[in-house]
Amino acid sequence: MARESEIRYLSPVDIEKRSQSKYCRFKKMGIKYVDYKDPDFLMRFLNEQGKILPRRITGNSLKFQRRVAVAIKRARQLALLPYVADNLK
Amino acid sequence: MNKYETVFILNPVLSESQVKETVEKFSSFIKGLKSKITHEENWGLKKLKYPIQNKRTGFYHMFEHESDPQTTKELEVEFKRDERVLRWLSVKLDKHAIEYAEKRKKKQTKS
Repeated sequence: MARESEIRYLSPVDIEKRSQSKYCRFKKMGIKYVDYKDPDFLMRFLNEQGKILPRRITGNSLKFQRRVAVAIKRARQLALLPYVADNLK
Repeated sequence: MNKYETVFILNPVLSESQVKETVEKFSSFIKGLKSKITHEENWGLKKLKYPIQNKRTGFYHMFEHESDPQTTKELEVEFKRDERVLRWLSVKLDKHAIEYAEKRKKKQTKS
């Protein structure tokens, strides 16, 4: 009736949780060197405009995020990756 | 002596024999600096992701060489002088990179 708006929950409501925690794929796979000559692999760390994705999204550890960034910048110099793009994916 | 890796892009206007000649020139130049070329890769004509000097394609070539640190500067000057080279990149290989390069070479010999 009128009190329907005053619903109280006995058990806490399920708040949406991330199903999987983030992880650093380099640490997990045991990759030690990020190659700048492999643009297809580096593509995973770019958004559609060709910008480098933040650690927040990729889940990389700081060490490997730095190495990824360096590798992407080298690949850009060699025109293996674009500096700016519209529809990269 | 350090290990270096040099990738350069050649003008796509060149004919195949001219490309070979240019590559030959640089390999002999590196050897002339008392360095040793340990590996060589030809990637062929590739599309550039953005135009360089109004060109949309280029011949890629890679050298892996052991050189003294001073010689890299001379190599750089040589690249700058040559008009046929659109762009180059020299990278010093650290221990992880050397390990990776070895793996890469093995893969290529298999396939």
